[in-house]
Amino acid sequence: MDLIAQLEAEQIASLGKTIPDFKAGDTVRVGYKVTEGTRTRVQMYEGICISRKNGKGIAGSFTVRKISFGEGVERVFPLFSTNIDSIEVVRRGKVRRSKLYYLRARRGKSARIAEVTNYKPLNSGADA
Amino acid sequence: MRSGVIAKKIGMTRLFMEDGKQIPVTVLHLDNLQVVAQRTADKDGYTAVQLGAGTAKAKNTSKAMRGHFATAKVEPKRKVAEFRVAPENLLPVGAEIIADHYFEGQYVDVSGTSIGKGFAGAMKRHNFGGLRASHGVSISHRSHGSTGQCQDPGRVFKGKKMAGHMGAARVTTQNLQVIRTDADRGLIMVKGAVPGSKGGWVTIKDAVKKPTPSNLVLPAALKSDAAPVEAAAEGGENNEG
Repeated sequence: MDLIAQLEAEQIASLGKTIPDFKAGDTVRVGYKVTEGTRTRVQMYEGICISRKNGKGIAGSFTVRKISFGEGVERVFPLFSTNIDSIEVVRRGKVRRSKLYYLRARRGKSARIAEVTNYKPLNSGADA
Repeated sequence: MRSGVIAKKIGMTRLFMEDGKQIPVTVLHLDNLQVVAQRTADKDGYTAVQLGAGTAKAKNTSKAMRGHFATAKVEPKRKVAEFRVAPENLLPVGAEIIADHYFEGQYVDVSGTSIGKGFAGAMKRHNFGGLRASHGVSISHRSHGSTGQCQDPGRVFKGKKMAGHMGAARVTTQNLQVIRTDADRGLIMVKGAVPGSKGGWVTIKDAVKKPTPSNLVLPAALKSDAAPVEAAAEGGENNEG
């Protein structure tokens, strides 16, 4: 392992985050820490994950899209951001591509994603 | 003025801080960094230390350099550089500098050889705008355009920005902040990018455009400094025991 990969692996270990298994098409709820003056609170942001970028490494990020007051809103979160309090998978979507940018051009009924009914966790053995 | 260091650029990564910030850092490695020679006012007319870093095979080292390293009683080094120092900050030959030479938060200047771009056009080399995409422009969309006036002066002025060789030049990036140091592995992480490619050699010096910090390690953070202290502590314990 080269030094950079080693440093990144160490940092991931030290951050001690548990990232759930999710991919594009899944509906996720992200708890994001917001600082107002001196007080911090956790703000929930729920929407469809339309892309995962740069894998599971320290540089990884994901984009969450939702329709807020009739307006499409997208937010990009770094996977290992210390501002992220929690990531929760609400619904597993059935999609055939890794980037769902086509959703930007769609509204309403055509922007729906079918749910996966037979979802199997990746490493169910490890969880159990 | 104290010595700088020679470091190898390992690559870039990012650090997530507790306050939610993420910082892009370049990882620099101090590889076997030792003092190879001294320059003194008596002998050379100026004071400096010559440092060597990395390890070179003896068979790939010239006979002259082998002799030079032999007089210093150090292994052959891959990269050798000189750093001007104040006379009181001269370092003994053979001393090994460690990453604690810089403290976290300190500002440094990093010099290296930038990545070569070859023969580059005026748009890439000098940020020229180029010509229009249409309106009669023919096969010269990325050209530099006019280079001057007419019969008077009848020549192109010296220093005119034109296409030419770009990169592979010595570049200094000033005022980079040291974010983290790791003395065990000899790593220094500085915020932002430094010149050169991965695996290239760079030199790090205290920032010239910032006031000298009061908590600088003078004359330098040496490996021998830490070792005798520990040895003495152990010796003391043994004596008491």
